[in-house]
Amino acid sequence: MHIPDGILNMATVATTYAVSVGGVGFGLRQARKKLGEKHVPLMGILAAFIFAAQMLNFPIAGGTSGHVIGAALAAILLGPWAAVLIMACVLIAQSLIFQDGGLLALGANILNMGIVASFAGYYLYWFTTRLMGENRRGQLFGGFIAAWGSVFLASIACAIELWLSGVLPAQVVLPAMAGWHALIGIGEGLITVGVLRLVMATRRDLLELQRI
Amino acid sequence: MRVKWWHIALVLCLAVALISPLASAFPDGLERVGEDHGFIQQAQEAPFQLIADYLFPGIENEALATILAGLVGTVIIFGAVYGLARLLRLRKRQAE
Repeated sequence: MHIPDGILNMATVATTYAVSVGGVGFGLRQARKKLGEKHVPLMGILAAFIFAAQMLNFPIAGGTSGHVIGAALAAILLGPWAAVLIMACVLIAQSLIFQDGGLLALGANILNMGIVASFAGYYLYWFTTRLMGENRRGQLFGGFIAAWGSVFLASIACAIELWLSGVLPAQVVLPAMAGWHALIGIGEGLITVGVLRLVMATRRDLLELQRI
Repeated sequence: MRVKWWHIALVLCLAVALISPLASAFPDGLERVGEDHGFIQQAQEAPFQLIADYLFPGIENEALATILAGLVGTVIIFGAVYGLARLLRLRKRQAE
């Protein structure tokens, strides 16, 4: 879902940059206040995993593929602001080093796959585990819902930016983006649940860190 | 040196990068919408290219170039974010 340069108009580029710079700045302050010793390696590992996993596009249907975003997993384990920081670092590296996602579109990509996906994932997980209980079932189901919703809502945010940039009318771009990403979200959900199960089996304590 | 959990986790991340040539070459969701509705060709080339398209430059074998790009990227990202978190942690302890 990395938007290249040349698609968004300047007003959208400026607005999304402003929101993302503000969000990352606030996230840095939150992390400085709350970061514990155990958070440090986990942040690095999640960023490395998200980068590597994003390279692995999986086919979904009709000659289309998807890749994980990873923001929901990071937000579940570390909290939404830490997830925003991780996603921002991954997206900046992808844009600067790998030419994946434009330099001008970086603000929009951080907004969609960083801020929107992280907060969607965090609150969907929070809500589902409140509803089903903080047990294994609730946590795994919550992980799936959070992951699916994070992809779905990130794609809606992306569609809104394309619409505001005059690329396509809303009634065309919204169902197109939401439709494909409703399918991609299932892949995100399965991978997120898989990683959560691995964490539960090996280092359960990492599910009980203070959220940032 | 005692092996810590994240040493093993980093090896697992590198293993994921190692299988990156297996990735589907189909367009992703956004690219597909861009092809169907004809806006993806508006995309501009980046003003500079380092490891563009996840292919390490100067390597003929595409799978090998992808693996190398994945390994390099995974190590860089781990280092950058671990370093950032270390720095934030240090500044927190100085403030206390």
